[in-house]
Amino acid sequence: MSSTTLAPIEKPKPNRAMRRRARPKSGALTLLAQGEPMIWLTGGALVLSVAMILALLALVVFNAMGTFWPDRLVEITTVDGRKLLGEVTRSESYVPAASAFESLPEEHREQAQAAVGEDGEARRRLLRTGNYELTNEHFNWVSDYEIADESLPDWAIIFERRAWGRFYGTPKTLLVDGQPTAEAPEDVWAQFSEHLPEIQERFERANAIREHDLGRLNAREEDARLALTEARLHHGAESAEYAEANAHLTVLTAELTEERTEFATEIKELEDENNRYAVVVTTASGQEQTIPLSTVVLAYPANQLTWSQQLGVYFARWREFLFDMPREANTEGGVFPAIWGTVVMTLIMSLAVVPFGVLAALYLKEYAKAGPVVSAIRIAINNLAGVPSIVFGVFGLGFFCYIIGGFIDGGPKHVGIDPWPSGTWFVAVGFLAACGTGAFLLGVYNLSVRKAEMTPLRKVASWGAIALWIAAVALLVLVVMHLPHFNGFYEARTADGNPTFGKGALVWASLTLALLTLPVVIVATEEALSAVPNSMREGSYACGASKWQTIRRIVLPRAMPGIMTGMILAMARGAGEVAPLMLVGAVKVAPDLPLDTTFPFVHPDRSFLHLGFHIYDVGFQSPNSEAAIPLVYTTTLLLIGIVATLNAFAVLLRARLRRRFVVGQF
Amino acid sequence: MMTVKETTTTTDKPGIRQMTPPHSRITRTPLVGDAAASAASDQPVVPQRDGGLLEAIARGEHVGTETHAAIGQHAAVLEVEKFNLWYAAKQALFDIGMSIPEGKVTAMIGPSGCGKSTLLRCVNRMNDLIDTVRIGGDMRLSGDSIYSAGVDVIELRKRMGMVFQKPNPFPMSIYENVVYPLRIDGVRDRRLLDEVCEHSLRGAALWEEAKDRLHESALSLSGGQQQRLCIARAIASEPEVLLLDEPCSALDPIATGKIEDLITELKGEYSVLIVTHNMQQAARISDNTAFMYLGRLLEYGPTVDMFTNPHLPETEDYVTGRFG
Repeated sequence: MSSTTLAPIEKPKPNRAMRRRARPKSGALTLLAQGEPMIWLTGGALVLSVAMILALLALVVFNAMGTFWPDRLVEITTVDGRKLLGEVTRSESYVPAASAFESLPEEHREQAQAAVGEDGEARRRLLRTGNYELTNEHFNWVSDYEIADESLPDWAIIFERRAWGRFYGTPKTLLVDGQPTAEAPEDVWAQFSEHLPEIQERFERANAIREHDLGRLNAREEDARLALTEARLHHGAESAEYAEANAHLTVLTAELTEERTEFATEIKELEDENNRYAVVVTTASGQEQTIPLSTVVLAYPANQLTWSQQLGVYFARWREFLFDMPREANTEGGVFPAIWGTVVMTLIMSLAVVPFGVLAALYLKEYAKAGPVVSAIRIAINNLAGVPSIVFGVFGLGFFCYIIGGFIDGGPKHVGIDPWPSGTWFVAVGFLAACGTGAFLLGVYNLSVRKAEMTPLRKVASWGAIALWIAAVALLVLVVMHLPHFNGFYEARTADGNPTFGKGALVWASLTLALLTLPVVIVATEEALSAVPNSMREGSYACGASKWQTIRRIVLPRAMPGIMTGMILAMARGAGEVAPLMLVGAVKVAPDLPLDTTFPFVHPDRSFLHLGFHIYDVGFQSPNSEAAIPLVYTTTLLLIGIVATLNAFAVLLRARLRRRFVVGQF
Repeated sequence: MMTVKETTTTTDKPGIRQMTPPHSRITRTPLVGDAAASAASDQPVVPQRDGGLLEAIARGEHVGTETHAAIGQHAAVLEVEKFNLWYAAKQALFDIGMSIPEGKVTAMIGPSGCGKSTLLRCVNRMNDLIDTVRIGGDMRLSGDSIYSAGVDVIELRKRMGMVFQKPNPFPMSIYENVVYPLRIDGVRDRRLLDEVCEHSLRGAALWEEAKDRLHESALSLSGGQQQRLCIARAIASEPEVLLLDEPCSALDPIATGKIEDLITELKGEYSVLIVTHNMQQAARISDNTAFMYLGRLLEYGPTVDMFTNPHLPETEDYVTGRFG
């Protein structure tokens, strides 16, 4: 092809130097360019935020770790002759009013004023003095200037009791059957320590009988009573069934009374044995108080403890805190039910929210065609994440507890819906079946039709399918709502005024939080799905895989670590949420755990304790708030610990999945 | 830039500029015209020939295909008939007609944006995934229509294998990658799976390197090995035609050489349709070559003839590197 004439290659060379702009020479610009002050600004912001988080953690940890440390017992004699024995909980500086000195005896007044110093500031300490039934006070402020004498008495002992809080004093005698058996404090203490373990063991045994054996009997009686109510509701109070149930109940009651008496005797024996022992304690002010040994949880001579013994007391208190039930309006004892409730609720929540959110995100990302509707839905989901959580609580209470729960408890009539007559209902079911079938058939007709092949008929069919689906879902709701001859699964209990699901319950709390955390899961899953390269999907389609096979075998495994991230975020958010829980099931006192050894083991209808709510309750609702403040920090630390533990498990799981599906060995 | 304006005005078709892909370098170069403008725009030089095919295409005229007589002598595994394709309003393929002979390697060459990949992806209907695509005409795989209504796309794709530009092994073990086409068919027979795995890996010349690490992640392989794994996956279902979309463009020369050897070995057992940018590659491995330009199939014939004695001057200009 030599004849081809090519265009000659000639490049006119423009004068580049001439076209260049003059560079501005300014001092400020040079500083910005060379000194990089933005490094300091951005780095400073980061350091500040990290420091704030660390400070928060340090505050909580520092306060929480000290809560259970056994302090020394200080005996203070004031100049006006008062004697106080207690633990120093904190100290502060203050300016005493001039009138404060006037109450002091004449001879000490000047000395006290001199002790205060130039600036008029004095130090005062808060002494936990306990002995509430004698003094009506748990705490006392003592200013340094009014102290005449301060000592650490050897035989000052702290008694932690099941009721009335702590008692501080010196043991005087030990009474067995009302007879003193020891006089010197060391002998009293030796005998006390010898008897206490067996007394506590008997106490536990009596408690176990009360809880398990008597509880079992009560449950049987409750069942019989419910059967009676049921007979009355179904057959009327005149019927033979009612009479039979009534007779059964009478027989059972007699039988149970007998058994109860047996258990009561057993309990009484144990308690009588326990009540033989008591210790007489002299307080600092010289009053004597008899303390039955069965009321003592823990006692120790605070000023004689060696370092290792202090550690022993410290860990014993931690163990009690973690594994025991709360006492004294939650200000004493443990938080085991709250730990349990928090963990179980978070797990049920995750089980509900993850599959639901992942399916929704799959539809949005993989199936839905981009358009205004999908965009609107996506914006709505993002906004849902910003709704105040208490709003979800109100929704949970109104919808889950009252409507769904009420329906489960007592059927349509109980929630104010008139059931349809059977005829109408069956016609509606017929319509439902027709709509469902129609929607299904129309959907199948348009399945995997490309947009280009859309004829007007197919368009009508696709809109028809959507309309029929909506109609079918609406009909389904109506049909269930108006179910005739359905009076709930807990008819008898509801009739007795005992709602089962129609109140705050573990399951409703979990579902409410699932709803609350749904946007988090959807958004995280969508992002994870977007991160799966399209070449993977194409490769799978090219192998002849269907859409669902591609999603299940390629897309989902690959996106799984990202989905797990969403779950972690949801769990962290859900476990720490308090406000909605106050409406839908978290309570101050729950007698039974939601998970126990009686059938069906998981009791989703029960109320539960939650650590977040517990913090609020202990800190702000307790009568003895000064004693509760350290517990607030400890419970907070525990909540942080639980959220961190749950997250750590999820992170480990994610790391395993990532190794498996993204890169590396199997 | 005056010349461009002149060119478009002389075509008498106002829509012509939308019809051509915007990323094509050709469209930005004046096809006819003065040397100074052509040189100033820093673009490769295009042969200037009054009344040539390229100018006719620029005017939007219908251009036929120059098919060599030798093509019709073999039985065809895939036939393309009057195939047209639009991305929304923009036409990307114009009246393509060609037949791919059985057991041969057919290469498609042409400048970027000429529609080779689009045509290849139409064979197994991968373009169905794009909503805006409309097609006209039909293709036939061993006599069965690909585009008539009621064709099961899933079943259709199982009869073909496809390898993409970038290696795309799935995030699973090497073994699972190879037997993936069988897995989705629900095959659980361990013996059959093992057999297919070994056969395919041997077919893809990867067996020796991978046999001791079959259950390691496929992502631990090197790029060239990954691409051979993708070929193994594509031949695991014993496809009637193997579609290769620039399989070597993301690989280094050594890996490219291995893939080329492999394609030569696959010849005879499989019918291969390969898109390539590399004309030496097309010359080395293919039996037949198709030259495409701006959505048209200009010339189609045996590779030897296409490279040494093409019928069209435009083909010669392209294979000798005068434009493109």
